Amino acid sequence: MLNQIIFGYFAVTMISLALIVITRKNIMHSIVYMLILFFHIAGLYLFLNAEFLAAIQIIVYAGAIMVLFLFVIMLLNLREELRKSRFAITWPIGAIFVVLSAVMIIISVFGNRFANVGNVKISDIEKVGHTVAVGKLLFVEYLFPFEVASLILLVAIVGAIVLAKKEIK
Amino acid sequence: MQVPDLIPVVPEILMTILVLSLLVIDLFIKQKEYIAVYTVVGSLLVIISVFYCTGVTFKGMFVADSYSIFFKMIFLINVIFAAIISVEYLKKRASLYGEYYVLLVFATIGMMIMASAGNLIVLYLGLELMALSTYVLAGIIRTDGLSTEAAVKYFLLGAFSSAILLYGISLLYGITGSLDIREIGLYIAKEGIINNKLLLLGLVFFITSFGFKIAAAPFHMWTPDVYHGAPTSITAFMSVGPKAAAFAIFGRVFMIVFPALSGSWVNLLIPIAILTMAVGNIVALAQTNIKRMLAYSSIAHAGYALLGIIAASNEGLSAMMNYMLIYLFMNVGAFILVIMLNNQAKVGDSIHDYRGLSKSNPLAAFLMLIIMFSLTGIPPTAGFMGKLYLFMAVVNAGYGWLAVVAVIFSAISAFYYLRIVMFMFMNESIEEVKLSLVDVNGLLLIIVVFMVLFIGVNPQPFVELARLAIL
Amino acid sequence: MVSLDWYVVLSLIIFFIGMFGFLSRRNIIMMLISIELMLNAVNISFVAYSHYIGDMAGHIMVFLIIAVAASEAAIGLALVILMVRNKETIFVDGLKELKW
Repeated sequence: MLNQIIFGYFAVTMISLALIVITRKNIMHSIVYMLILFFHIAGLYLFLNAEFLAAIQIIVYAGAIMVLFLFVIMLLNLREELRKSRFAITWPIGAIFVVLSAVMIIISVFGNRFANVGNVKISDIEKVGHTVAVGKLLFVEYLFPFEVASLILLVAIVGAIVLAKKEIK
Repeated sequence: MQVPDLIPVVPEILMTILVLSLLVIDLFIKQKEYIAVYTVVGSLLVIISVFYCTGVTFKGMFVADSYSIFFKMIFLINVIFAAIISVEYLKKRASLYGEYYVLLVFATIGMMIMASAGNLIVLYLGLELMALSTYVLAGIIRTDGLSTEAAVKYFLLGAFSSAILLYGISLLYGITGSLDIREIGLYIAKEGIINNKLLLLGLVFFITSFGFKIAAAPFHMWTPDVYHGAPTSITAFMSVGPKAAAFAIFGRVFMIVFPALSGSWVNLLIPIAILTMAVGNIVALAQTNIKRMLAYSSIAHAGYALLGIIAASNEGLSAMMNYMLIYLFMNVGAFILVIMLNNQAKVGDSIHDYRGLSKSNPLAAFLMLIIMFSLTGIPPTAGFMGKLYLFMAVVNAGYGWLAVVAVIFSAISAFYYLRIVMFMFMNESIEEVKLSLVDVNGLLLIIVVFMVLFIGVNPQPFVELARLAIL
Repeated sequence: MVSLDWYVVLSLIIFFIGMFGFLSRRNIIMMLISIELMLNAVNISFVAYSHYIGDMAGHIMVFLIIAVAASEAAIGLALVILMVRNKETIFVDGLKELKW
């Protein structure tokens, strides 16, 4: 019963926060609500026995990505947003499309058979700690994707500098 | 702990070494042309290594089979062409940075990883590596508003389509409990869950996102704008590379993961292919800018290549691969001439700039004529052979009417390709343009046209190569 | 115990809210934020699947998606800066030079 109540709280708050985020006129407000949303998502990860991901969610998403957004917005000093209408003229079409497809898909979710094949028990993860479990998997079995991710980060560094630097010699 | 077998990954490792050394060398070299030469030589070495490095490694995550080798060959030839044709074009626009080549090679590494992805994680990461580098490349001329606009549009729609792809991956993961492409396919076949609604939904998500990547209608909206605004050398690069890479994962995912559902996805893809050919060929008729026209033509060619996937057979797949190789040559050929005209300061992108080209530059006009014939699909050029194999595959798969539709659309395409030819040969020129065919671009154009004619009269070795390379 | 269905529905709803934001906002930074929202919805569904299936691959995927999302944000914001420099706006309405 307690599980349901906690999940219900998280679900309702997250959905309303998501709606608030995309409807704010001022981007600053959006980002602050987005931060609250990220903390809730991290809470949900804790609920699902993924402590390491919860930490990453807060450190990287809230601590790095959103702060990057804040920096850029303050750097650009945008006042234009407050005077213009926030939605494109075609927004009702988007809304109808999104609501229709969401309803159709959500109906088809219930009663579906999901996989039940795994061999990792939660007690095993709890024994060594989630960070250790993820780390072992990441550096042994998923070494190749990890290396590719490092290349992606390098591209991001090079690309961001090429695009945003004032002058390139 | 045992060390994974690194032999199959050697080409990617060599490319990574190339890119990292490029980053360092760039600091010391002022003449950026040498960096282009270095990139070309390095990529040529990697092409040789590609043929010797086969096998499956990292627990099935990286599959260097002959299918991926064929595509890697396409990507590497593509990056060599792009590296050569960029030099003069970017120098004229004061945008010849060493980072340009770094990003070109990074994008190629991403494509190579996509082609040999055996796991959906690797597939996604390869896709992002390719896509992120290409977004930056589209905006590389930093003072040009058009280039910026193209990059922003490409970025927004690319990121959107990756998010859709990710949701499709997560649905597949939830249903089958695995991210390994082969295991997912086996699970679906074993459990017989072809009527699972969420699985079909995952299929739709995959088609949507791959549709964005290959520029199939109705997900093609970004293509003309991005191809028009991006630097012409990058347009040449990304109208072949990312498209071929998307076709590579398209073929692999659909033939291995979803073979049991082929009834459903063929029915979804047929209208998409017809719409793609229709939009590409019909809207191209109205274009007056050659880059936009080639963008719509690239949409149309994606529609033809989709026929190979619709055939859902090894024959169709090898026809699609063969077509991508041929498309590489003819498309680059067309763009080289556009770049050569661009490099003459006065000439823009309008198709009227091609008026009377045969008077001032008879050889260049003749080469363009062959390329345009090939894009239309007139024998004895390679474009004809490529289309022939594709249509034969579709007919053998039992969709004869679809081949008829495709032939009708290729007949329509003759109007806009041959209009350029007509401008070049029938009209008087407004301005005299002098094109030199003895510089690198000209030599490359001659090589490409030679390849187009060579594949056209002698397609057998290339078809055999593609046939050997099927999954 | 909350069943997996509810987690999937939650992630779908957030995903579609993000999609709505992307399709209807005119501000490019807001469109970027909407994409981040969609990626977060995907992450929620991966973690939930992982938990219920009993397989760790989903956690690895989430870790890597977060890394990619960071790179995407960096490139996206660099493009925003470039756009402000060249076009002096961050609205999609400013993107109208290219059109047939």
